Amino acid sequence: MVDSCIKITIVDLSASYGAVCALKSLSLDVREGEILSVIGPSNSGKTTFLRCLNRFNDTNPHFSHRGMVTINGIDIYGNIDVEMLRKKVGMVFALPTVLPMSVWENAAYGLRRHGIRDERMIALSVENSLRAAYLWDEVKDRLEAAALNLSGGQQQRLCLARTLAVEPDIILYDEPCSGLDPISTAKIEEAMIHFKDKYTQILVTNNTKQAARVGNRTAFFLMGQMVELDATNKIFTSPSDQRTEDYISGRFG
Amino acid sequence: MLERHWTWHRVKEFLIEKCIYLSGVTSIVIVALIFIFLAKEGFALFKTVGVGEFLLGIKWYPISHPAQFGILPLIIGSLVVTIGATLIAVPIGVASAVYISEVASGKIKEVLKSGIEVLAAIPSVVLGFIGMMTLVPWVKAVFNLPTGLTAFSGALMLGFMAMPTIVSIAEDALNAVPKRYKEAALALGATRWQAIWRVVFPAASSGIVAAVMLGIGRVIGETMAVMMITGNAARIPTTIFEPVRTLTATIAAEMGETVRGSDHYSALFAIGIVLFIITFMINLIADIAVHHKAK
Amino acid sequence: MIKNPYLKEKIAFTLLFGATVLVVLPVIFVLFYIVKQGWPAINWEFLTQMPQKGMRAGGIFPAIIGTLYLVLGTLLFALPLGVLSGVYLTEYARDNGLTRLVKLAIINLAGVPSVVYGLFGLGIFVVFLKFGASILAGSLTLAIMVLPIIITTTREALDSVPQSFRQVSLSLGVSKWQTIRHVVLPHAMPGILTGMILAVSRAAGETAPILFTVAAFYLPRLPKSVFDQVMALPYHLYVISTQVPHVKLEIRYGTALVLLIIVLSLNLVAIIVRAQFRKKKKW
Repeated sequence: MVDSCIKITIVDLSASYGAVCALKSLSLDVREGEILSVIGPSNSGKTTFLRCLNRFNDTNPHFSHRGMVTINGIDIYGNIDVEMLRKKVGMVFALPTVLPMSVWENAAYGLRRHGIRDERMIALSVENSLRAAYLWDEVKDRLEAAALNLSGGQQQRLCLARTLAVEPDIILYDEPCSGLDPISTAKIEEAMIHFKDKYTQILVTNNTKQAARVGNRTAFFLMGQMVELDATNKIFTSPSDQRTEDYISGRFG
Repeated sequence: MLERHWTWHRVKEFLIEKCIYLSGVTSIVIVALIFIFLAKEGFALFKTVGVGEFLLGIKWYPISHPAQFGILPLIIGSLVVTIGATLIAVPIGVASAVYISEVASGKIKEVLKSGIEVLAAIPSVVLGFIGMMTLVPWVKAVFNLPTGLTAFSGALMLGFMAMPTIVSIAEDALNAVPKRYKEAALALGATRWQAIWRVVFPAASSGIVAAVMLGIGRVIGETMAVMMITGNAARIPTTIFEPVRTLTATIAAEMGETVRGSDHYSALFAIGIVLFIITFMINLIADIAVHHKAK
Repeated sequence: MIKNPYLKEKIAFTLLFGATVLVVLPVIFVLFYIVKQGWPAINWEFLTQMPQKGMRAGGIFPAIIGTLYLVLGTLLFALPLGVLSGVYLTEYARDNGLTRLVKLAIINLAGVPSVVYGLFGLGIFVVFLKFGASILAGSLTLAIMVLPIIITTTREALDSVPQSFRQVSLSLGVSKWQTIRHVVLPHAMPGILTGMILAVSRAAGETAPILFTVAAFYLPRLPKSVFDQVMALPYHLYVISTQVPHVKLEIRYGTALVLLIIVLSLNLVAIIVRAQFRKKKKW
């Protein structure tokens, strides 16, 4: 791999909440345009890892970290604009959380807050984002309706569209399909695969099959440590670590 | 790409957040000032009058020579009225709360609730006035007394005035009991009353304690109505059918005539401190009762 | 003892109902009685004229205006300070011992008797800051009395906004203040408004805090500045019903009715606002 393809570099990252250590000296690179799946049982540090990438742990006063995270070569724990970072590193949460506004205003929310006034630009961006999230055809006739009236799967795709609208480089997914039915899950996965190359995506999931379906590479986390990182194919057919094999074959987790 | 820039937007936000911070600090300062000012004005009294003499003295003659500042009659006045009001308000108030929360339904529930909300909104001076015009003559006639301005009248009125506090907080506590408790009891064949009495009521008990405490706090702090109804005689009563004077009424009635900085002025502030401490403790107990439930 | 549980239930429910009637019936009586006795007094002259003959005749205009000034003054001080403090305590303050202590103190201050606030106002505004008995001192005293109410209702309203809304907004790179301004505050608005209106109605009806900080016994003219004393409805009712002999009953009841109408209509507004927002929020 040549260096220019590396989007995120993590060097010896440890993180803890108060006395509880959540992540132990993690080092890995994420390549530009790939989907990196992160699997592991609960409390393995997956979500902590994800939240280190957009500094979402900052809101927790007990959080502390060591090590370095760089995106495009910039140390994100250095003196940077956190709001700009979060704009560039989008996040989709486990539970679909639409804001109590119309479908349209949900998709336009980020743009408006980032000071975009031009309604034509907003309209264009909203439509593009909704199309990209495979939601446009379902909601184009009820853009003014309350977002809360959408189904759970539609709401989650609206959340994805809302994230896309602020034009991120990187999208983090924190178990985005854990509350969804198989059809909605398939649509989200389809969108993710479609986004390959355009965005760098990291998918944290409890669903090993999902990780296998969409990930270029897969990392296996266990108790705050990364056990193994390899091409998805390799991980799911011939993992090099016994614990990985035990987890994906369902012996624990 | 990620450097921080100072835009006009950012500056505005910075200023707004500073305003918020400043407001928070101001409120904290005000809270502190309340303690400090009451203490400063009130403690001046204790240079000339001992604390024991103040709290346990039975003579409140603030303008005689020499003046006497014993607030025991006032404490007893407040106590008598408060106990009387509590005895009236607690059983009736809690029973109403149970009825509104557990038995009444639909429209009736809404009507009863708004009736109680209206009562909470009526200014105490209006209730005091109505009490003077209707309750006082009634007490005088029924009990054949020389005056209707008695501790008993005050207790009746204050019991009534404490209802909204007791009913609404007790009702919140009862509503907070998970429905499934009651349903489980009903499923086992209990009657609705058995489910309420044996299951819902005990589960809500700490909230009800809080309701009672806050109701008592309301009664002790009430000023205008009690001043207009209880007759304002600063001596220790032998029965509840005699006039009494409460701590609050003393402050309200006498502060207008004091000389600033005089012993009398300080004594009224010292009464304010006593009231402050009593009500603060009561609220604290109520708060603890509520949090006890939360665990 | 009664063995039949259904009979027992019937008796218990009847007793409970009786208790409720004992609470609600007097309320109806009070309202009805004041309206019946006070209505004849209410006319244009009564509402717009100065009192005459030592308050035994004429109107209550200066008392109405005085109460209006006091309410406006109270709102002017207490609303921004209370709402912003609520925002500070809920959204910005670190969760440490000091913050918890302040929150506890504020909750408990709501239960401190209003006459104690009167003392405080006298001590700090009238005497220490030398405002004298004035609209300024009275408004500030009332403002400090309702401050805990406004802060507490604001905090409750903010706490009722789901944490996930804030998270979503922050995750889009929206700043904290923008998140509060565009997501949290709109959602908390009905609660904040209700608290505000209830605080106003409390300020309009209170007597004890204004006794020594602003209220004039008899002052048949309008104030010229915030350093003037004013008459106020609650105090006026107290004065004409206890301090001045031989005031016509009609005038007393009329004054009580006007005060009652002002306070109850403010409460009604609060209820309507709350209901409106609830309807809107359903979607």
